[in-house]
Amino acid sequence: MSQPSSPGDARRSGPDQRAAHMNRPIRRVMLVCGALFAGLLVNANWVQVGEQRSLKQEPTNSREIAARLDRQRGMILAGSTTIASSTPVDDEFKYLRQYADGPLYAPLTGYYALYSATGLESTQNLFLSGDDDRLLASRVSSLFSGSERKGGSVVTTIDPAIQQAASQALAGRKGAVVALDPRTGAILAMVTAPTYDPNSLASHDVDTVQQQYNTLSGDKAEPLLNRAAQQTYPPGSTFKIITAAAALSTGNYNPDSVVPAPDRLPLPQSTVELPNFGGERCGNGQTDTLIHALAISCNTAFAQLGMDLGGDKLREQADAFGFDTTIDGFELPQAKSVFPESLDKPQTAQSAIGQYNVRVTPLQMAQVVAAIANDGRMMKPYVVQELQGPDLKRIAQTEPKELGQPISSQVADQLTTMMKSVVTSGTGRKAQISGVSVAGKTGTAEHGANEPPHAWFVGFAPADNPTIAIAVVVEDGGGEVGTGGAIAAPIAQKVMQTALDVRG
Amino acid sequence: MTLPPRRQWSANLTSAFARVPSPQGVELPPYRRSELVLLVAAGILTTAALSALTLAHDGHLTYHIATYALGFYVLWGFVHLAMRRFAPAADPLLMPLCAALNGLGLVMIYRLDLARSDAAKQAGRAIPPSAAHTQIVWTALSVIVFALVLALVRNHSTLARYTFTAGLAGLVFLCLPALPGIGATINGARLWLRVGPFSFQPSEISKILLAIFFAGYLRTFGALMSAHVVTKARRRSTGNAAAALTGAIRRLRPGAHGPGEPAAPADVTDSSGTYTGVISRVWSKGPRFYVPAILTWVAGLGVLVIERDLGSSLLFFGMFLVVLYVASERARFVVVGLGLFIAAALAAYHLFSHVQVRVDIWLHAFDGTNPSNKSYQLVQGLYGFAAGGITGTGLGRGHPNKVPFANTDFIMASLGEELGLTGVMAILMMYLLIVVRGMRVALTAPDPFGKLLATALAATLGIQVFVQVGGVMRLIPLTGVTLPFVSYGGSSLVANAAIIALLLRISDTVRRRQAEAQEVLEVEPDQVANVQTEIVRRVEVPETQETHEPAE
Repeated sequence: MSQPSSPGDARRSGPDQRAAHMNRPIRRVMLVCGALFAGLLVNANWVQVGEQRSLKQEPTNSREIAARLDRQRGMILAGSTTIASSTPVDDEFKYLRQYADGPLYAPLTGYYALYSATGLESTQNLFLSGDDDRLLASRVSSLFSGSERKGGSVVTTIDPAIQQAASQALAGRKGAVVALDPRTGAILAMVTAPTYDPNSLASHDVDTVQQQYNTLSGDKAEPLLNRAAQQTYPPGSTFKIITAAAALSTGNYNPDSVVPAPDRLPLPQSTVELPNFGGERCGNGQTDTLIHALAISCNTAFAQLGMDLGGDKLREQADAFGFDTTIDGFELPQAKSVFPESLDKPQTAQSAIGQYNVRVTPLQMAQVVAAIANDGRMMKPYVVQELQGPDLKRIAQTEPKELGQPISSQVADQLTTMMKSVVTSGTGRKAQISGVSVAGKTGTAEHGANEPPHAWFVGFAPADNPTIAIAVVVEDGGGEVGTGGAIAAPIAQKVMQTALDVRG
Repeated sequence: MTLPPRRQWSANLTSAFARVPSPQGVELPPYRRSELVLLVAAGILTTAALSALTLAHDGHLTYHIATYALGFYVLWGFVHLAMRRFAPAADPLLMPLCAALNGLGLVMIYRLDLARSDAAKQAGRAIPPSAAHTQIVWTALSVIVFALVLALVRNHSTLARYTFTAGLAGLVFLCLPALPGIGATINGARLWLRVGPFSFQPSEISKILLAIFFAGYLRTFGALMSAHVVTKARRRSTGNAAAALTGAIRRLRPGAHGPGEPAAPADVTDSSGTYTGVISRVWSKGPRFYVPAILTWVAGLGVLVIERDLGSSLLFFGMFLVVLYVASERARFVVVGLGLFIAAALAAYHLFSHVQVRVDIWLHAFDGTNPSNKSYQLVQGLYGFAAGGITGTGLGRGHPNKVPFANTDFIMASLGEELGLTGVMAILMMYLLIVVRGMRVALTAPDPFGKLLATALAATLGIQVFVQVGGVMRLIPLTGVTLPFVSYGGSSLVANAAIIALLLRISDTVRRRQAEAQEVLEVEPDQVANVQTEIVRRVEVPETQETHEPAE
């Protein structure tokens, strides 16, 4: 600016000095105004850059949702099978989210509705939408080539054949199947029933989506719930594996140890007597070996063993397997499995056989058997195998990670031997696969007086060199009164058979 | 003083238009030429924004752009010519900055019109009336007001004569909307006047009137205060206090000795009588100073209570504090004022639910279960800012229409979305420039009234931008004030044009005088001795005018 004479000249001349005394406060007011504007500038940077991502991730940010529907969202794949993709449409938005085999993969993909998302659609949103920093290079190149910005793809660990087999074996009965590779923690199948079709929530019409959502969320069968990871059940006799692990880990027991196994176990501090399932007898009616007690799922033996070990020991062992905590960084929503605290004697006895207030997710039980299968080392479960750029180039890959070692490899061996006997000569015979040795444990979990018990089977195969670990739960036994051995074991058998066939 | 040919052309143009030609032999620096260049730049900026918008919306450019660009130059060219005629030496930055902000605002208002009419077409509804066309009419009107203020107010000092008239009128305007019959409640705040089809926000006019009032009645306050304090100091200890007091008295009595002169010993010896005089003057003048202050404060609270206008009461209070501080140089007034403000704000928070709602919205914007759950607008605005990011979506390529009141209170969110952080920072810098230039005018103004008025106007503008943008960006609770020059709304546009015109008027006075003083210094070196008295004489002229208030 042209400034012919500095203001100082004017201030120095006579009468101006009369007002010049105000210049100091004026300069201070100017400074304050400058500070206010500095505040605005900092705040603008904070809102538009610092907080930008979290604002964009706000669930009510309809603008962001609309923007994402205007560009091609990345695919979700199971192996080489596309299970979620965005296809161009000619309506309000440019792309419609479509789910191939929607109901089958719903517990994994979740849905991507106008104003909300669940499952991988929610947890992998940044990458699928193309906002992830790892896609920066691709964004920059699309900026220069003028091509449309696309999202990256998420490749899951799910094997479509195993997933399909699990769904068919469950045959629509309420329940869940989780199968994973015990060596890595990669989840091979995750099936829940009843399920829903995410396509119905992917509509671009708000009213349709709202109506569908209301129907689904109001359904008493809870089809939106991923029973494999989000629902807890009483584990029943499957928990005996953990009681056995606690006993073996003390070093005072081995599979052949003889333990008390009365026909009816009077519980201390009460008049209640604990019977065996169906009033059956274990061993000689007084004692039994640990291995036989597990094979025939003897309640009194494990209840007494639990009381001998004490509630704290049981809880310690359960927590080592991942109870009372969630798996940090797991890609899907999960519920916490619970082993109750400060138990009295009768409660300890009940808990030792998986009753009372013990609650587990199918994923948790799969983790327990997987740890046994993997020489005692528990791997972190994961669903996302690989992240790919829009050009299908691999950008990131999940490396298997050990979560911890809940049992020694010796105890793992002993448990494997015991679980093998369950399948060869015990309650789990229906899980037998010809030519392959299978280890497992059945469970028949009582819950409420008038409901049929939940049927469980957990196990792994081949027992000596396991490649698959599995947990199956059928809620209320699928409506018929039956044991885990009768209802759940055949499901596990089919899934493991398929897994061994396709994976070799 | 010879100028290069092109400058000469500009100078000729100025003198051809100048209502009051520069004194003989005085050549003004090419202020108006700089202004013209900047104005052309502002026009190019606006036209470019409009072109970008048209390209994004229609896919091709239309001849309408040229029409609007021409309209821009006609309107602001008119102001430019008015400046050449009535304020040739005024600051060259202020007017083009306003024009640029106004142009950007118009483009954004037009952009939101397009979004609304597109949505209406799609839904098969009638196309709503264009806000942009109304705003253009208001711009034309504010341009006329701009020129009128420059033409009618030849010397800002004359405004000091109307101190109490302005104060009274300001208060009346402030209270008018509360009256039944003519007051109207729009969007939950009763700050509108409705006469026939016109609605009008009188608080915008009050802003100027109260600035004149504050500047007018506080202009001698500082001197009185100094005298008062010195008197008190004198009671504690003698010494230099007496000399200081003499200075203070002199400041009270314009036309007495210039402060540059050495104080005559007689003054000091003679001073005992004067002390009493000063004390009695402070005493007698006390109520005159305190009563309006208290009245204004009460009025500000009244506005807050009756009209639910948090923004305006904040502005008036801020303006009052600034003027009081500058006039008195006592930071203690600011502390007391802020204390009172906090007390009032706390009381208001506990007494009035609409204040609680504002605070709740601010603190719990993203908490869907917050008791009021009225943060929708603020949150949508923030989503807009986030969508804009650093570079913005580009004009016409975002969704600023998702925010309610996108073209008035939330126009900054619209600009932030489509122009990005870059645009927001540029706009804020433009406002900061306006404020700083306004403050420069205050610094160089020769008289207390001019200083106080310029400070009040510039600071109010700055506070208003802070309250507005800070509210929209969730730095402070949201209060309904407009973004000067940019928001849709006639009263705001006209009032802010008048504010800038007044700043320019003061600036013109200052600079013309500076140029004259400069010119005198540039005469033959051997005449300098004589020239000194000349400077004093020349510069003193307006001062005497101000003090004795002779008829023009």
